[in-house]
Parts: sequence; structure tokens; C-alpha cells
Amino acid sequence: MLNFLALYNYWVVIVLMMAGLYIMIARHNLVKKLIGLSIFQTSIFYLYISMGKVSGGTAPILIGKISHEKEKAGSATSAAAEQITTVVYSNPLPHVLILTAIVVGVATTAVGLALIVRINEEYGSIEEDDIRAMEQRDPV
Amino acid sequence: MIEQLLIVVLLTFLVVCTIGIIYLRDLLAAVILLGIYSLTAAGIFVVMDAVDVAFTEAAVGAGISTILLLGCLSHTEHVQKPQRHNNYWALGMVSVTGILLIYGTLDMPRYGEALSPANSHPDLAQRFINESAGETGVPNIVTSVLASYRGYDTLGETVVVFSAGIAVLALLGRKRRRVDDDENEDVTNPELASSASDKSDDRGTNV
Repeated sequence: MLNFLALYNYWVVIVLMMAGLYIMIARHNLVKKLIGLSIFQTSIFYLYISMGKVSGGTAPILIGKISHEKEKAGSATSAAAEQITTVVYSNPLPHVLILTAIVVGVATTAVGLALIVRINEEYGSIEEDDIRAMEQRDPV
Repeated sequence: MIEQLLIVVLLTFLVVCTIGIIYLRDLLAAVILLGIYSLTAAGIFVVMDAVDVAFTEAAVGAGISTILLLGCLSHTEHVQKPQRHNNYWALGMVSVTGILLIYGTLDMPRYGEALSPANSHPDLAQRFINESAGETGVPNIVTSVLASYRGYDTLGETVVVFSAGIAVLALLGRKRRRVDDDENEDVTNPELASSASDKSDDRGTNV
């Protein structure tokens, strides 16, 4: 049972990832495809954040008065080192990577949606089948 | 233990949302379900100690992303056309890939393991947890890494967002001009209007 819980996060990540991939391959509506892409992207976020979690840990924000002692770098470091012995922090590095990924993901979605609006303007449809049929009828 | 159960419940809810999105043919409902999905994701990130990621996901994933999708839907059809057949080839392929990936997870470090290589290596997370306060003076380690150690990466991210903004403006700004042209010319002669709109295309690319 404990083993099942320990890997459950990764399994959900894979199920979500494959669901996103399935939507992208099998659904012919372009907006639906972008939703699938979005689901695929978020599933990667859970993978990274799951790996960074330390059980019993807390959010990686240092507790105590450290920020105002920048000049006395030596003492601040030792103060931080003292805290490490008492407070456990989760891994901050995956969080940084995923923060960047979320913003870039939205930028991708925005460009994709703009392309869809243009395609709809030109063909009057956002269904892949219709667009392909129109292309075959009168190729540009 | 309660934390772990909370995560299991929330993750299962995500799977339910995703299955709903696969089957819904009303795109408006699918987009709103995606918003719920993103908000649940933000909750999961809070439970997993990633507070910075959580509020970014809530603001950008659940907020801006949903608004963009709704804006796109206001220009297009709301209902997905019924598909004649299920794509069994895609389903099989996705299942096989999923099973292989699940087999791959058996070697992954267990959830929450403090001694996994990524969490315990002295040059990675531990180095930043121990040294970043003294080196940057910022109590939030995520902020100090994002804005100080990886400052150029964040600059690159800004460049990506800027280029995306330019791309969207280039795509949609041109559309608006063409709509105006079409409205003016459709009245006189459809044949002439189409050739004129081709010319306006050339103008658009030259400018």
C-alpha cells in the first residue's frame, strides 16, 4: 500500500500525459488539440514538482531574519546553516524550472490560438477534416 | 499521511477532469473544465510545497490561459463536430507508450524521498539552500535562483514572451485590416474584391 502511494504521482502524470497526447492525435478540432497540448504540458509540471518534494519538508523560503544581513555575509551563512539542522526544505530547483515553463507554455498557447483564429478567418472552420477537404478541392 | 491522501484525491480529480475534456463536444465547457483543472493543479502545488509555482499556475494557467481560449472561441465555432469513428490506432499507440513509461517509473525515487540524488546532492539543492541567503540576501530561494543565479535564463524567457506577443500581433493585426478591406469591396464586385484583397495581402507583407 505504501509502495502504491509512493509512485501514484508518477502514474497520474503518465495517464495525464497520454490523455493529452491522445487528444492531440485523435481529436480533429484545433482548439481541442491545443487543450490537449496544455494538459500534456501541465503533466510534466507534476513530474518535476513531485521529484522535488521532501517528506516533512516545507516551502523553500528561509525562516528567520536573513534578508537584512547581506553585508555580514559570513554570519548570515552560518545562521542559515544553523536553520538547516532544524528545518527541512523541499528542493527549490524544480520549482524554478517549472515557473519558466508555465510562462513559456502560455506564450505557446497564445500563438497557437492566434493561428487558429487566422485559420478560421481563411477557411471558416476549425475542423482539420474540413480544412483538408477544402485544400484538396482547390489547392492554393 | 493526510497530506499524501489529499494529493491522491486531487490527482484523481485531475484525471476525472481530463476524461471529461476528452469526451465533451462543447468546447466552451471543455475550456472551463480546463480552468478548473488548472486551479486544482495550483492546489496540488501548494500541498507539494511549491508555493511560487502554485500562484503562477493560478494566475497564468487558470487565468490568462482560460481568457485566451475564451477569446479564441468567441471568433470560432463552440461545438466540436462529431467524429465518425474512434481512432483505435492512436488509442493503442498511446496505451503502449503509457505502459512503457509506467514500467520506467518503477526505478524512480519514491515520492518525498529526502535521499534521492536530486534532493541530496551537495552541489544542487543543498548548495542553494545553504548558501543563497548569504550570497543574495533573498529569503525565498526560488526567487534568488530565478532572478540572480539564473538571471539570464529569465531574460531569455522574457524574450520568448515578447516574441510570442509580436507573433500574435502580426497574425491578428493583419486579419483586422483584411476584414475592413473586404467589407468595403464586397459591395461593388465580388471578383474585383478578391483580387483587391490579394493586393492588400502584398501590402501587408511589405509593411
